Amino acid sequence: MKVLVAVKRVVDYNVKVRPKSDGTGVDLNNVKMAINPFCEIAIEEAVRLKEKGVVTEIVAVSIGAKVSQEQIRTALALGADRGILVETDVEVQPLAIAKLLKAVCDKEQPQMVILGKQAIDGDNNQTGQMLAALTGMSQGTFASEVVVEGDSVTVTREVDSGSQVVKLSLPAVITTDLRLNEPRYASLPNIMKAKKKPMDVMTPEELGVEVTPRVTTLKVEPPAERKAGIKVADVAELVEKLKNEAKVI
Amino acid sequence: MSILILAEHDNASIKGATLNTVAAAKAIGGDIVVLVAGEACGAAAEAAAKIEGVSKVLVADNAAYGHQLAENVSLLVAELGKDFSHILAPASTSGKNTLPRAAALLDVAQISEIISVESADTFKRPIYAGNVIATVQSSDAIKVITVRTTAFDAVSAEGGSAVVEAVASAHDAGTSSYVREEVAKSDRPDLTAASIVVSGGRGMQNGDNFAMLYSLADKLGAAVGASRAAVDAGFVPNDMQVGQTGKIVAPDLYIAIGISGAIQHLAGMKDSKVIVAINKDEDAPIFQVADYGLVADLFNAVPELDSAL
Ligand SMILES: Cc1cc2nc3c(=O)[nH]c(=O)nc-3n(C[C@H](O)[C@H](O)[C@H](O)COP(=O)(O)OP(=O)(O)OC[C@H]3O[C@@H](n4cnc5c(N)ncnc54)[C@H](O)[C@@H]3O)c2cc1C
Ligand SMILES: Nc1ncnc2c1ncn2[C@@H]1O[C@H](COP(=O)(O)O)[C@@H](O)[C@H]1O
Repeated sequence: MKVLVAVKRVVDYNVKVRPKSDGTGVDLNNVKMAINPFCEIAIEEAVRLKEKGVVTEIVAVSIGAKVSQEQIRTALALGADRGILVETDVEVQPLAIAKLLKAVCDKEQPQMVILGKQAIDGDNNQTGQMLAALTGMSQGTFASEVVVEGDSVTVTREVDSGSQVVKLSLPAVITTDLRLNEPRYASLPNIMKAKKKPMDVMTPEELGVEVTPRVTTLKVEPPAERKAGIKVADVAELVEKLKNEAKVI
Repeated sequence: MSILILAEHDNASIKGATLNTVAAAKAIGGDIVVLVAGEACGAAAEAAAKIEGVSKVLVADNAAYGHQLAENVSLLVAELGKDFSHILAPASTSGKNTLPRAAALLDVAQISEIISVESADTFKRPIYAGNVIATVQSSDAIKVITVRTTAFDAVSAEGGSAVVEAVASAHDAGTSSYVREEVAKSDRPDLTAASIVVSGGRGMQNGDNFAMLYSLADKLGAAVGASRAAVDAGFVPNDMQVGQTGKIVAPDLYIAIGISGAIQHLAGMKDSKVIVAINKDEDAPIFQVADYGLVADLFNAVPELDSAL
């Protein structure tokens, strides 16, 4: 079966971003960019399913500026077969991303779409659920295990109370949690091979999707800073402070 | 304005997160209606009717909603939600699962994890693991919102007397089914609601050593949490993870033990009132947010702390 994997270009997870001083946006000058970690897990899962013989073709899709090609190339180096870039320079919000992905699904007819549970820039955690709604697909969000059997997939989900197992009929949308797998590194030969893999480029207009934002960011600011605390010398001092100064025990 | 809240419940009772969500709804202002979608959920609906500030409870009691599968509940929320100006749910795994799906069915955006209400259409929410706070304004006719529960003080579970109305519509998408659940059982307080949280990280070395933290927690009446590294290493189950992609906590006292303080971990606990860090590395970033830092080997400090309490 065919699997579509959605990969987003985001700030590397090690970077501590800061708002611009005028509050108009986040300062992304010269910061390191990468594939969203949850999307890396999504690719890895698709590749493992291919290695098991369950999946025959993996299509990596990204929506964003031309530079997002880098993240598609990474996905290709990790084992995706071909890429699709939906190129746009405007900010596209989750509902519109979901509509674009639906348009791609309409063309590609995948049996499964794997996305990250959340993009670590906007921390929205919406796109997979929205795509599932728009396509009428079932959804297995926050997946820590994915088992395909015939025309259904059994997904173990990480939930607040522990874990939940659901059985979904295919086609289905899966969103990945951290413990679904540990992504591999791309080998040099695979990085070279990825350069020759096909990548289609299309635009939101070509897909007939209206991407106007519904939500406007009025300003961004740093969070309230915690004031620096003190070091205590030993456990006795710690207990004394917690009892008499902080009064929390 | 009228606000529909998707209740978090287990058919028998209402979860605390619902009370924080009602508080966010009160900050928006308007008529507050709570939807209890479940199976044999009469008791939960009755409890919802007692919540302070709620004017009506809608009960959709049907096998299709028994396990609150998103495919089914989102259809219900989208149908009922058309008549409301706002639809809210807690930003729990359950709210996060269902609400974006309902928003897409209504062709509106969702605003995730708000931490404050500026006006009926403007909200604050953290982005980039809480390193940036964005003020966002929605232009949609229906505002679909998940609420970070730690940012809103719970309303009282008592004192209300809302009317309870049954909803007949049964939506069964027929595309998913519940298989089973593994619920982590614990006599300790719920991590997201506890007033004291003791968390362990990779420095704990193994799952057995967490016994030290359980003992400490029991003396303090605390919940026990963990870093992602501790969960990934298999020391403790995933529902204990605190952070950007785990649970958000804001207790009166958070004690981080053997945790370095990565930004993803800080995102889940830095709104705690008092933070204590015990770490043998004096340069560990956790000390930058700790009110009281103790540079020590946890294997000496934790037993000592335990016996001092
Ligand atoms: C997409 C993404 C999402 C993430 N989400 C989360 C999240 O939600 N929550 C989260 O926690 N992390 C998250 N992480 C992981 C995060 O980046 C860190 O890797 C993780 O928090 C580190 O856990 P730790 O502090 O326990 O381990 P380490 O960083 O290894 O720190 C262990 C600490 O223990 C100390 N120590 C060791 N032995 C002792 C001793 N005997 N006595 C005292 N101190 C000792 C060390 O000095 C060190 O500071 C995420 C990462 C990514 C990429
Ligand atoms: N611009 C994008 N291009 C491709 N995939 C995306 C994009 N935005 C979001 N996604 C997918 O949706 C997931 C969840 O993102 P979000 O809902 O924004 O937190 C990501 O992990 C991706 O798999």
